[in-house]
Amino acid sequence: MLELQDVTAGYERRAPVFRAVSLSVAPGEAVGLLGPSGCGKSTLARVAALLHRPDSGRVIIDGTPAGGWRHRAPRAQRTAFGVVFQQPRLSADPRLRLADLVAEPLRANGRSAEVTETVRKLTARVGLGAELLGRRPHEVSDGQLQRACLARALVLGPRWLVCDEMTAMLDASTTAALVAVVEEYRAESGAGLLAVGHDRVLLERWCDRTVQWGGLGASLTK
Amino acid sequence: MSTPTTTSGPVLSVQGLSVRFRMRGDTFVRAVSDAHFELAPGECLALVGESGCGKSVLASALLGLLPGNAETAGSALLDGIDLLRADEQTLARTVRGRRIGLVPQSPAAHLTPVRTVRSQLEETVRELTVTPRPDIRKAAVAAAERAAFPADHLDRYPHELSGGLAQRAATALALIGDAPLLLADEPTTGLDRDLVERTVDELKRHTGDTRALLMITHDLAAAERIADRIAVMYAGRIVEQADARAFFGEPGPRHPYARGLLNALPEREFTPIPGLPPELADLPDGCAFAPRCTSATDACEVLPPLDSGVACHHALEAQRA
Ligand code: SF4
Repeated sequence: MLELQDVTAGYERRAPVFRAVSLSVAPGEAVGLLGPSGCGKSTLARVAALLHRPDSGRVIIDGTPAGGWRHRAPRAQRTAFGVVFQQPRLSADPRLRLADLVAEPLRANGRSAEVTETVRKLTARVGLGAELLGRRPHEVSDGQLQRACLARALVLGPRWLVCDEMTAMLDASTTAALVAVVEEYRAESGAGLLAVGHDRVLLERWCDRTVQWGGLGASLTK
Repeated sequence: MSTPTTTSGPVLSVQGLSVRFRMRGDTFVRAVSDAHFELAPGECLALVGESGCGKSVLASALLGLLPGNAETAGSALLDGIDLLRADEQTLARTVRGRRIGLVPQSPAAHLTPVRTVRSQLEETVRELTVTPRPDIRKAAVAAAERAAFPADHLDRYPHELSGGLAQRAATALALIGDAPLLLADEPTTGLDRDLVERTVDELKRHTGDTRALLMITHDLAAAERIADRIAVMYAGRIVEQADARAFFGEPGPRHPYARGLLNALPEREFTPIPGLPPELADLPDGCAFAPRCTSATDACEVLPPLDSGVACHHALEAQRA
């Protein structure tokens, strides 16, 4: 179970983006969080994935409260998450070839021995051909780069996936392809999903249930 | 050759437009191949396709904003000017802003961050119109009003605007030159659905009966909402051009790629087209969609010409399937 309890978060102590939001995702469940842009749902997604320290409230991962945030999070918790953001160009290190982009979490976690095999399997799964793996981000399209970012998010075999507007910049076919990859991974791994977005039709088709940002018991600050 | 522009002729006529980029080792990236289309006054054409298909390069070609290693062929006539042959001075002084109003992809980035909306509007009024000095302030206010930008926000800086208002400010700027062609490059990326609808509805309204609108987008719902005609681009080629109602309704797309794209929508089958588009640096001689196409036969090793709106050897079978 991934639980967020009474989370208040933002970027300035005195003016949080939202207050007291609670949300939980059961193991294997896919929850879509719908809300307009600028409402704070991306911040919530970052808190859920231990990437942003909330001002108050708790995040509990499979029964254990979050032990820290960002690089201070305990490795076992950090690696339980795979995260994909809206803009692959902002989240991908421009110096890395796509193969290294995908492999980097393995290397950072002392699992270099698995790189060849896992990268081959995952890049094939997201539909990236061998000829693209040697390219750097500026040499591929947004859709191709987002495929690599999804492969990277799956590379450690996470129990929880957080997708923040993963497909907002993509065409219909690439969107359907990436969602299919996420669902295939979830079917075999039992991973839970928090998909954040503003496209109701998409999230309702994709997820087991959707919740509206305004219905989270949040007292929003704007 | 000085035929006056009549209202019945097309606003924009693109014939055989190709763009290729010369790369190291004398290889070429063929970003746009042999595009043909026309835009009549009052008409909205949506050019759809996935990222990297060449649609943004086509837009840059029309604006004369291609990088130095680009080579073009064909013609793009607007108001008697061939946009592909015009020199930079002509493009800067008479085309961008005056004959083509550009509604940019990310308005927040397009607006100058350190200046208020009012000062940017006034500057554009000064640049693009012959408004006498004392009237400039009034003209800027009127320009804002035209794009439904609220007057009490005129003294704000771009970062103080919501996404929707930034988009309106950018639209207001695009409309000042009273250009006959509006070119909107992914105007709805990252906007919420209701904002998407408002944005494209406003574009449509500004198009009216006299202007033409070329909207470049990957958002099929936005295209369906306002387009009169759809052009689908794949691997640098327009593979289908159709009346929007026939395309989104009955009988539906006739090109297998276009059909796949529609079927990928979450409100339809939500199934992706398998595979990836080919590299623009390494296009096959025949149909570029063949490796992904379930209708492909030996005939597809020859490039299918665009014939009555569709470039496919088996377009009819595709429709019946
Ligand atoms: S020409 Fe052949 S390969 Fe190309 S889209 Fe038509 S049927 Fe498919």
